[in-house]
Amino acid sequence: MTVTRAPRPDLLAVAGLCHTYGAGAVATVAIDDLDFEVGQGEFLSIVGPSGCGKTTLLRCVSGLQHPTAGTVTLHGEAISDVPEGMALVFQDYARSLFPWMSVSSNVEFPLSRLRLPRSERRERIGESLAAVRLDAAADKYPWQLSGGMQQRVAIARALAYRPEVLLMDEPFASVDAQTRADLEDLVLDVWRRFSVTILFVTHDIDESVYLSDRVLVLSRSPASVVADIPVGLPRPRDQIETKSADGFVRLRAEVARLIRPARGAETAGTSI
Amino acid sequence: MSREHSGTVERSRLPGSTFLLGLAGVVSAFAILEAITRADLVDRTYLPPASTVLIATAQLLVDPEFLGHVASTMRAWAFGLGLAIIVAVPLGIAFGAFDRVYRASRALVELLRPIPSVALIPLAILLFGQGLQYKLSLILYASVWPILFNTIYGVHDVDPIAKDTARGFGFGPLSILRRVALPSAAPFVYTGIRVAAAVALILAISAELLAGGSQGIGTWMLLVGSGSVDRTLVYAGTVVTGLLGLAINWVLVSGERRLFAWHRARQAGS
Repeated sequence: MTVTRAPRPDLLAVAGLCHTYGAGAVATVAIDDLDFEVGQGEFLSIVGPSGCGKTTLLRCVSGLQHPTAGTVTLHGEAISDVPEGMALVFQDYARSLFPWMSVSSNVEFPLSRLRLPRSERRERIGESLAAVRLDAAADKYPWQLSGGMQQRVAIARALAYRPEVLLMDEPFASVDAQTRADLEDLVLDVWRRFSVTILFVTHDIDESVYLSDRVLVLSRSPASVVADIPVGLPRPRDQIETKSADGFVRLRAEVARLIRPARGAETAGTSI
Repeated sequence: MSREHSGTVERSRLPGSTFLLGLAGVVSAFAILEAITRADLVDRTYLPPASTVLIATAQLLVDPEFLGHVASTMRAWAFGLGLAIIVAVPLGIAFGAFDRVYRASRALVELLRPIPSVALIPLAILLFGQGLQYKLSLILYASVWPILFNTIYGVHDVDPIAKDTARGFGFGPLSILRRVALPSAAPFVYTGIRVAAAVALILAISAELLAGGSQGIGTWMLLVGSGSVDRTLVYAGTVVTGLLGLAINWVLVSGERRLFAWHRARQAGS
């Protein structure tokens, strides 16, 4: 196992995190003793087989769910509820956006709690929509937009909140391949421009390597850290250049190999 | 990437042909009725010719006395429905949002719900006599249920991801109720009100028929029905009642389309 410290000061730390659903005979362990840190401004991907507990992990990190054991600390303070400064982007954008609100009202939604002056709200909405190139769609409704555009609205909404940490739960799992590539580059762009820390959960190995500074590989359920791999590929990254570079190919093979044996062990386990 | 949803347009149906077919159905039924009565296949005092009923209907629609009865029924309808909304919507929100409240009241609700509202007429007469209060109490009772259950369902079944989204941005339970649960439940509440509006009209007229009183469509029908052997006016009154129900539903359905286009689009999409 490669354990590499991020070169930046730690912003977020997860220690001894465990989560079990149910109790007694029907208990299912979703996460088993996870430890990792995320540096300020870092892009960390968490990759693992489908259903390995990645979503549970993200829900615990975001404070939406209380872990059975362990702690999540932000700026050295333990999270007990949803903390300020974190925003979530869900996979299911159609259910996460509010269909009765226009695109700009959706983006404004998190700001309404912050009691910001009208001018600043306006400014943030404009800036966020521009960042995802949706200025022209401000007065439309989410359901009038394509899937990729809807997910961009959700990203704009998160950006308007000006989070320190952006948590993304398989955000591009339900869009087509071309849209997905566009959205990946869009996320890299806003990551750089808004200097936000991103925790990106995915089951797509290429995506995890392409986007990140570091890839955290999780085992099959219950999730534990199999490897913590630094991605030294140069930035800015490019869908064609980066993905054909030797370093990228080596890394994706390494991640794939780490995920495969976990799958093999699972098969062996169930056959007994 | 700018693929647009076709939104509120229903694709599989051609509105023009539906309207024409409906019109053809009405005209045929009218012609058959007219032929049967003109051929004296049935006694005209039981079933007057359709054209006679139609003329009487037209006359009724400008008869101030009859319109006074209609207004009386509609007042009771509007008051009763309004009261039902005031009672059922907050209750439904409380039941839907707070599981404990719902479980605590469920036994009572399940006991009261199966009682047909018409079965309460004798009790209502005993309690309130034959005035407006009596009509209102029945309309209220009958229209509360559809509104209550639709509100409970709508508030209870708000998408957990929508709620998590709000919670993730730091909103508390009350804000989530107000900003997320209520708007998302609104189309269901509205449907409940639309169903209740039809039920309320039925109850208003039934109440008038069974306990007379001095005003209302039901009362008027009793009067004209007992006063002469000719049923033409009773038929005409029935047609007016049908038209009234149709008009109420049309107004409410068009309101629904305007207010909740987002809901229809979403259901069509999923």
